[in-house]
Amino acid sequence: MRSAVVVFPGSNCDRDVEKSLLYMETGPVDMVWHDEADFRHAPDLVVLPGGFSYGDYLRSGALASKSRIMGAVRAHAASGGLVLGICNGFQILTEAGMLPGALLPNASLRFICRQAYLRVEQNDTPFTCSFKDGEIVQFPIAHHEGLYYLPEEELSQLEQSGRVVFRYADRSSGEAGEAYSPNGSLHGIAGIVNERGNVLGLMPHPERATLQGLIWGTDGRGLWRSLEEHFGAWEGK
Amino acid sequence: MIHMDYKSSGISDKEYEKILELLGRAPNELETALIGVMWSEHCSYKSTRNLLSRFPQTGRKVARGPGENAGVVDCGAGWGLALKVESHNHPSAVAPYQGAATGVGGIIRDILAMGARPVASMDGLFFSPASGKSKTLAAGIVEGVAGYGNAVGVATVGGKTFYDPCFEETPLLNAFNCGYVRLDSVVSSQTALPGHLAVLLGAKTGRDGIAGASFASRELDEDSRDSRPQIQIGDPFEEKLLIECCLELQSKGLIASMQDMGAAGILSSSSEIAHKSGVGIEIFCEKIPLREEMAPWEIFLSESQERMLLIVTPEKFPLVKAAADHYELECVTIGNIVEGNRYKVFLNGELIADLPHSILGDAPLLDWPSSEPADMRERRAMPEGMKSADPACDLLKLLSCDGGRSKSEIWEQYDCQVQLRTVRGPGGQVSAITVPESDSIVTLSMEAEPWKCRTDPFLGAAEVMAHSLRVQAVSGAEAMGMTNCLNFPSPENPENYFELSECVQGLAFVCEQMECPVVSGNVSLYNETARSRIYPVPLVVTAGLVPHFTYFVRCGCAEAGDLIYLVGPKAGSLGASRWQVLCSSDGKPKGATYAFDAMLDKAFASRALATSRRAVARSARVVAGGGIAVALAKEALATGIGMSADLGPGDETSLFFSEGGPRALYFVHAESADKFLSLWEGYPVIMLGCAGGNSLCINGAREIALGELKEAYCAGGLL
Repeated sequence: MRSAVVVFPGSNCDRDVEKSLLYMETGPVDMVWHDEADFRHAPDLVVLPGGFSYGDYLRSGALASKSRIMGAVRAHAASGGLVLGICNGFQILTEAGMLPGALLPNASLRFICRQAYLRVEQNDTPFTCSFKDGEIVQFPIAHHEGLYYLPEEELSQLEQSGRVVFRYADRSSGEAGEAYSPNGSLHGIAGIVNERGNVLGLMPHPERATLQGLIWGTDGRGLWRSLEEHFGAWEGK
Repeated sequence: MIHMDYKSSGISDKEYEKILELLGRAPNELETALIGVMWSEHCSYKSTRNLLSRFPQTGRKVARGPGENAGVVDCGAGWGLALKVESHNHPSAVAPYQGAATGVGGIIRDILAMGARPVASMDGLFFSPASGKSKTLAAGIVEGVAGYGNAVGVATVGGKTFYDPCFEETPLLNAFNCGYVRLDSVVSSQTALPGHLAVLLGAKTGRDGIAGASFASRELDEDSRDSRPQIQIGDPFEEKLLIECCLELQSKGLIASMQDMGAAGILSSSSEIAHKSGVGIEIFCEKIPLREEMAPWEIFLSESQERMLLIVTPEKFPLVKAAADHYELECVTIGNIVEGNRYKVFLNGELIADLPHSILGDAPLLDWPSSEPADMRERRAMPEGMKSADPACDLLKLLSCDGGRSKSEIWEQYDCQVQLRTVRGPGGQVSAITVPESDSIVTLSMEAEPWKCRTDPFLGAAEVMAHSLRVQAVSGAEAMGMTNCLNFPSPENPENYFELSECVQGLAFVCEQMECPVVSGNVSLYNETARSRIYPVPLVVTAGLVPHFTYFVRCGCAEAGDLIYLVGPKAGSLGASRWQVLCSSDGKPKGATYAFDAMLDKAFASRALATSRRAVARSARVVAGGGIAVALAKEALATGIGMSADLGPGDETSLFFSEGGPRALYFVHAESADKFLSLWEGYPVIMLGCAGGNSLCINGAREIALGELKEAYCAGGLL
C-alpha cells in the first residue's frame, strides 16, 4: 500500500501518521505539500492529517479545503481511491463537501484531549474490515471542534445508509450514542464514510494508539491493519 | 521620536553617570532608550547575576550550560535535550490568554534557537484559590497555554499547579519547554563572524509588546491595566511555520548563528549575538518589515512574536530565502556583521545610534541590601497544639481542596500526545518522553513549594530541589540537569532580597551535593502590587534519563495483594505542610520544613535506582504534599484498589500528614519482597500493609470507601 500524507501549513499530526504507517510497515509513505498540483506517485491511500491547518483561522479546515492539492485528492476519491481524514482532516473533508455535515465547537467549549472509546458500527469498509462488528476500541481525541452536526433529515439518511462507522461508546457496557459523546456529537458520531464508502473522516486519532510503549494503547493498529488487508485482498485479485 | 529622558527609560541617576563615563558623551534619545531596556532587570539580570553564579554549572551530561538560549544535556545516542523554563507572569496577570500563550511561544523559540525540535512543554501555574476574579484569570491562562501549545503541535506533558491567596493579584505562569537536537549540530548564538548577514525571519514588526521588558521589571499597579500595548499577541500558526523553516535551514547547514527575539526584540537579539560573538553589527532600520509606521525606538523595542534572528553567510542567503518562501515567511537581510565592537543603527543612510555592544550587554550589577525578615523566627515556629482531631476527615479535605484535588480539568485541555513521544503524561509524579532512536526515556519533574520557602527560604528551596531529584531516582532516572525560574517580589526590599538569596543558596547547595548541574534559568522579580506580594517561588524542572524503558518505575500501578513499604524516616515535618496550612486558623504557612540531609538523600537515590534496575517494584510514589496519607490515597485513586496501612505508634498527625525528606512508598509483589528488602538494606524500611479491597484504611482511622475518595478528589470545578 502506497500512502500519501498531505501536509498543510499548520498540520501537526503529519509526522505522527507517517511514523505510524512506517511502524506498521504498510509500504512507502510520501509527504505531499499542500501546494502541489498532483501526487508524484499514485497513492493507494491519501491521509489528511490532524493539526491546525492555517491555524484554524476562519473556520477549522475551511482554508485547507481550498488548497491546490485538494483537486488531486478529489480526483483520487472520484476514481474510487481511499481517503482518510483524521481530526482536522475530517474537518477539511466536510469543508470540501467530500463528507456531509460540520464539526462544531465542543459542547464544553473547551479543547479536549483524552482517551475515547468507540464502537465499530461498520466493519465492511476498507478502513475497518479487521475489526469485529460492534467491537469497542480506544482511539484518543484531541480537538476543540469535534461536535458532529447534520440537520435531522440528512442525519437519518446517514444513519439509514449505514455510513456511521465509529460511535462514541461506554467502555464496559458497550452502549454507544450521544450520551457518550465527549464533545456533544449528534448520535455520538465519531466517524463517517461517504456514500461510496471510500472516504472516511473521524475525529479520534488512530495514529495516537499505534506505537509501542506510549500512553493510551495500540487499538489504532486495527485501522492500519484493515487497510493492509483490504489492499492485500485487492492485490491478490 | 517621542521624548524619552533617561528616567522614563528606567535608568537611575547613578546608572546615567555610568553611561556618560562609558560613552564619553551623552547618549542621544534612541541610544538612551536602547540602553534603558537592555539595563532593565528583565534583560540584564542585574540584581541576580551575582547570586546565580553560585549554581554549579558543569557536569558530565552537560553539553551546553548557561549563556545560550537554553541549556543542553546529553541523553545518549548522539542526541541532546535542550531545556529551559521562563516566566510570563506580568503579561498573564494583565491579559491572561495572550500572556500565557506568548509565554509558551517564547520558550519554544528559545529551544528552537538551539537548533532543537521543541517536543514537550510543561506549565507552572500559581493561582489564588478558585473564586470570582481569580477563576477568570486561571481559566484564561489555562486556555492560553492550551490554545498556543495545541496549535503549534508541541505536547504539554505535565506541570505544577499551586494555590494560595498571595497569587490573587499576581498569578504566575512559568513555561517550560524542551527539544531534541543532534549534539553535533547544536546552534549557538556566539558564532557570528564579520561578513555574515543579519537576517530577520518570521512575523512583521508591529507596535505590540513595546518595552515589555521594562514592564516586567517593576511592580504591577492600577496603570498596569493600561499596559496592554506592552502585551504581545501570539500566532501559533506563524510559529509552527517558523519551527519547520528553522529546522529545515539548520539541517541543511544554512545557519551560522541564531537567536530568538524575546524581551526587547530586535535590540536584544542583535546586540547579544554581536556581544557574545565578539563582533560589530550594523542594522538598517528601514529594511525591517513593519506592520505599521513606527519610530526607530519602537522598532527596536517591539516584542512582536514569532520572529528569529538568523546569521547567515551571503552566499547561502538565496537558499535561506527560498526555504522561507516555501513556508510563506518574511525573510529580510536587516544588517551586516562587521569587525569591531560597535552596535550601529542606520536610518536611510544616517547613523542614528552608535554604541559599544558591551554597554548593551554588560549592565552594571546591582547589589541590594539584604536583611533577614523581622518575623523569620515566628515563621519558622510550628504553632503549638496543632493536632488532627479526625485524620480521615482531614485527608478528605486535603484531597478536595484546590491544591490537592485532581487537575484533570486543566490538563485535559492540553494536547499531551502530539509528536508521539509521551510515555507518561500529566497527572503522575514525573512526565516522560521517548529519546529518538533509543530505548531510553527522558523524565521531567517540575516542582515548587511556596509555603516551605516562605517559612524557611533556604530549607524550603533545598526541599524543592531534593524532592525533584527524589522523584527522578524513584522513577529510575539519573538526573542530567536542572533549569529554574525564580519568581520573587521586588529585590529592592532587603527582606525580599534575603529570601531570594537564601532560596538560591538552598537550590545551589542541593545541586552541588547531589551533583545536578544547573543548565539554564530565568528570573522574574517585582511580582507584587501595593496590596500584596507573592511568597518566594523558586520553581525547578529537572530532566532525568532512564537508560532503558523497562527500568521506568511508575506510580499508579499497584495491584491487589501488593505489599506496601515505606522507605525513609516515618515522619517528615508538619511545618508549612498542606495539612498545617489547611487546618491553621489563618491559612498561613508556619513552621520550618524538613532539613535536607545529603547523606540520607544519597543513600535513598542509590537504592531507588537499584530498585528500578532490578525491577522489583510494581509501583512507587515519593511522599509529597499531604504526606503518607495522601500518597496512599492517590495510589488508591489511580489504581481503583483499596489500601490498608498501619503506620505504627507515634504522633498520628505527623505519621499521616508530615512532608519532606527522602521517603517513598513502594508497592511490591510478595514474591519480590526479599529482593526489595535486600536492596534497601541499611536504609529505614517498614512494611505498612497491603493493597486490596474497596476502601482506604490507615491506622484504624475511619475507613474511606474508594467512591468517597473519588468524590472528594474529582467533584466540583477549578476553572
